[in-house]
Amino acid sequence: MTDLVDRRQMAYIAAQAADARVNVELETEGMTLNIGPQHPATHGTLRIVIQLDGEEVVAADPVMGYMHRGYEKLAEVRTYPQVTTLVNRIDWLGSFANEVPFILAAEQLMDIEAPPRAQWIRTILFELGRIANVTLFLGDMGVQLGAISPVFYAFRDREFILNQIEAATGGRFHPNFDRIGGVKDDLPAGWIADTKVALKAIQRFCDEMEDLIVGNEIFAARTRGIGVIPADIGLSYGLSGANIRASGVDWDLRRDAPCGLVYDQVDWKVWTHPDGDSFARYWVRLQEVREACGIVEQLLDGLPAGPIMAKVPRIIKVPEGEAYVETENPLGIMGYYVISQGGLEPFRVKIRSASFSNISIAPWLLKGTFVPDVITILASLYFILGDVDR
Amino acid sequence: MLATVAAEFAYWQTSIFKLLMAFVAVLIPAGGTVYLYLFKMVSFLQSRLGPMEAGPYGSLQLVAEVGKWAQKEDVVPSRADAFVFKAAPYVVLISTFLLVIVVPFGPDAVFADFDTGIFLALAVSSISVIGILMAGWASASKYSLLGGLRAAGQLIAYELPMVLAVVGVVIQAGTLNMQGIVEAQTTGEIFGWGALGHPFILTQFVGFFIFLIAVQAELAQTPFDMPVAESELVTGYMTEYSGFRFLLFFIGEFATANIFAFLASVLFLGGWSVPPFIMDAVPGLAPQVDGLAAALGGTTGVAEASFSPWFNLIGPVVMAVKMLALTFIVYWVRFTYPRFREDQLQSFAWKVLIPISLVNIAVTGVLKVVF
Repeated sequence: MTDLVDRRQMAYIAAQAADARVNVELETEGMTLNIGPQHPATHGTLRIVIQLDGEEVVAADPVMGYMHRGYEKLAEVRTYPQVTTLVNRIDWLGSFANEVPFILAAEQLMDIEAPPRAQWIRTILFELGRIANVTLFLGDMGVQLGAISPVFYAFRDREFILNQIEAATGGRFHPNFDRIGGVKDDLPAGWIADTKVALKAIQRFCDEMEDLIVGNEIFAARTRGIGVIPADIGLSYGLSGANIRASGVDWDLRRDAPCGLVYDQVDWKVWTHPDGDSFARYWVRLQEVREACGIVEQLLDGLPAGPIMAKVPRIIKVPEGEAYVETENPLGIMGYYVISQGGLEPFRVKIRSASFSNISIAPWLLKGTFVPDVITILASLYFILGDVDR
Repeated sequence: MLATVAAEFAYWQTSIFKLLMAFVAVLIPAGGTVYLYLFKMVSFLQSRLGPMEAGPYGSLQLVAEVGKWAQKEDVVPSRADAFVFKAAPYVVLISTFLLVIVVPFGPDAVFADFDTGIFLALAVSSISVIGILMAGWASASKYSLLGGLRAAGQLIAYELPMVLAVVGVVIQAGTLNMQGIVEAQTTGEIFGWGALGHPFILTQFVGFFIFLIAVQAELAQTPFDMPVAESELVTGYMTEYSGFRFLLFFIGEFATANIFAFLASVLFLGGWSVPPFIMDAVPGLAPQVDGLAAALGGTTGVAEASFSPWFNLIGPVVMAVKMLALTFIVYWVRFTYPRFREDQLQSFAWKVLIPISLVNIAVTGVLKVVF
C-alpha cells in the first residue's frame, strides 16, 4: 500500500519535473528530496516530496495523513459533550478554539443560547488560545530561519497565558471547558487581575519580537518577496486567517460573522498587509497577537455578571437537523458541519480545518523557490499537523 | 630563566612536550568555551539555566557528554563510502591542529615560528573544506550532500575576504611572522603616542570586522550556517555521523572557533603582549633592547627588542582573555541572528566584503607610505 502510494507520488513528481526541467542542454539530473515525515522543519509529521534542480524546487507535493487520527469518525460514536475532548487535539496549541465552533453548532441545533457571561468567558478563552498559539509561531519562525533564541522567549511568555488557561479550566493544553449551553465553571477569584499581568508579558514579548525579528535585516532579506500569494490565488485555494489577510484581503469572521462570540462588544481592528509574502504573514500575526491582547483586556473589563450555564437537559439529545458553524480560529477558519438524527451522538461531523486548506497552496507556492525558501514559506504559512490531518 | 631551561631539553623531549601542549591548546579552550558560552551564556541569553546537575553549576556536563558520545555505536550508513566516511572527521581535525601550531602564546611559547606564519594559517584553514566535502559526499545522504556542497561554496567564498583583511595587518606590521606582528603592535605608536602600543584594531578596524565576519562564515556559525542549517538540512554534512566521529566534528568546530579567535587577537588585539604602559608599570616586564635576546635563546626571527621570559607564562593568560572576548561575540551573534540564504551569502561576500577589504588594503597602503 505504502509502496503504491510512493510510486504514484514519484511518478507524479517526475511528470511535473519533466515539464519544468531547466538545464536541458546540460542534461543535469534532478534530485528527489524527501522532506519529512521526520524532519526538524515540519514540526509534526508532514512529508513533502520535492524535485530539485540544484537547490531550486521544480515540483513539490505535500503528503498528508501521517497523523490522521480519524476524529470525524470517532465523533460519530461519542456523545456531544464527549466530542470536545477529541477536537481539543486538532490544533493543540490553541485547543479551546477548537471546541467552540462544535459546541456552537450543537447549540444551534438544540436552539439554545449561552448566557452573556458564558459567551464572554468563551471569547476570552478563545482569544487566550489564539495568543498562546500565535505567540509560539512568532518565536518558531525565527528558529526556522536559524535564529534559535526567539523561540525560548516565546515558550517563556506563552507560559503566562497557559497558566491562566490552566487556572480557569484545569488544563494547560486541552481545556475541555466548553459545554453545550455555557461553560464548565466560572472564572476563579483573582483571575482577571492575573490575566492582565500575563497580557502585559505578551505585549512586552511582541515588542521584543518587533525589535529582534521584524527589525532584523537578515529576516527581512529572507522573507520579503518570498512566497508571495496574490489575493485571488489565495482565495481560490481556500486560504484563510492571517495567511489571506497578509495578502490584503480584509476578511475576518470575528468581525464579519461573530456567531455566538462577543467580538461586536469590543473595539478592535482587523490587520491586513498588502504584500502577501512571508514577511507580511509574520507581521500580520504579530499585530493580531497585540490586537488579541487588547480584545481580552476590554472583555475582562466589561465581563457581565450572571449565570454561566443556560438551562439544558441532563441528557443531551440533539434534535434532527444539520448545522454548519465556522469561527476565526488561530490558524484560520475552522468549521464543523454537524448532522444529527436525533440521537445521543452526531450522525456525521465534517471538520473544516484551516491548516488543511492553508497547506494546499504549497505545491503552487513552492515551485521555483530554493530549498531555504521552502522552509521559510512553510513556516510562514503556519500549519499545525494535527490541524492538517485531524 | 624559562627559556634557558627549555633550551636544555633534547629535540625529542621538546617535540613531545609541544605535542602535548598542542592538545592542551586545542582541547582546553574548546571545552572551556563550550561550557562557558554554548552551555551557560547562551542559556542565560535564552532565559533558561542550562546544565545544572553534572558538577557545580553543570561544570562537568561536557565530561558527561563526551562520555555519552564515546559509548555510542559508530554507525556507518550501508551505502556510504566507508573509508572516506570514517576519515572525514580526522581531516577536519587535522586542519584545526595545523592551525594552532602557528599561534604564538608567548615570546618562546610557540609551536613552530614560521617566517610566513599567518600565510600558513590561512592556507591550512582550508583543509577542513576537504574533510567537509568528504563527509558530505561519502554519507550517501542527500541532506549531507547539499550541506557539503554549500559548505564548500561558502568556505571558498569567505577565504578571500579573510585573506584580504589580513593583508592590511601585514602591510602595517611589515611582516608575515606572527611574533613580528605581536611585536609591531607592542612597540608601535599611534601618531607618536605609544602608551597603548599600536593594536591594529585601532587602525585596521575595517579589517577586524571583515575578519570576524569571515571567521563566522568560515566556522559555519549563524548567520552563515547554511551548511548545517538544522531546519533545512537536518545537520548538513554531519547528519549521518554519530558517536565519536560526531564528537570529532564537534571538537573541530568549536576548537577552530577558538583558534580563529586566537589568530584574531594576535592580528588585531596585540596577541600575548600587554600594552606598554602596563609593561612600564610592572618592574621586569619592559622589553630589553640589547643583545640579551640571543643569550636567552629567543626564537623571534625579527627580534629587535627582547621580551621578558615571564611573558611565556603571562602570554597564554592574556591570549585566553582576548580569545574569550572574541568567542563571546561569535556565540552572541550565533544565537541572535537568523541565517542568510545561500545566494545572499555569496553576494554578500563577493559584492560587499571583498570590495571593502580591497579598498581597505589600498587605503592602508597609501597611508603606510604617507606616514
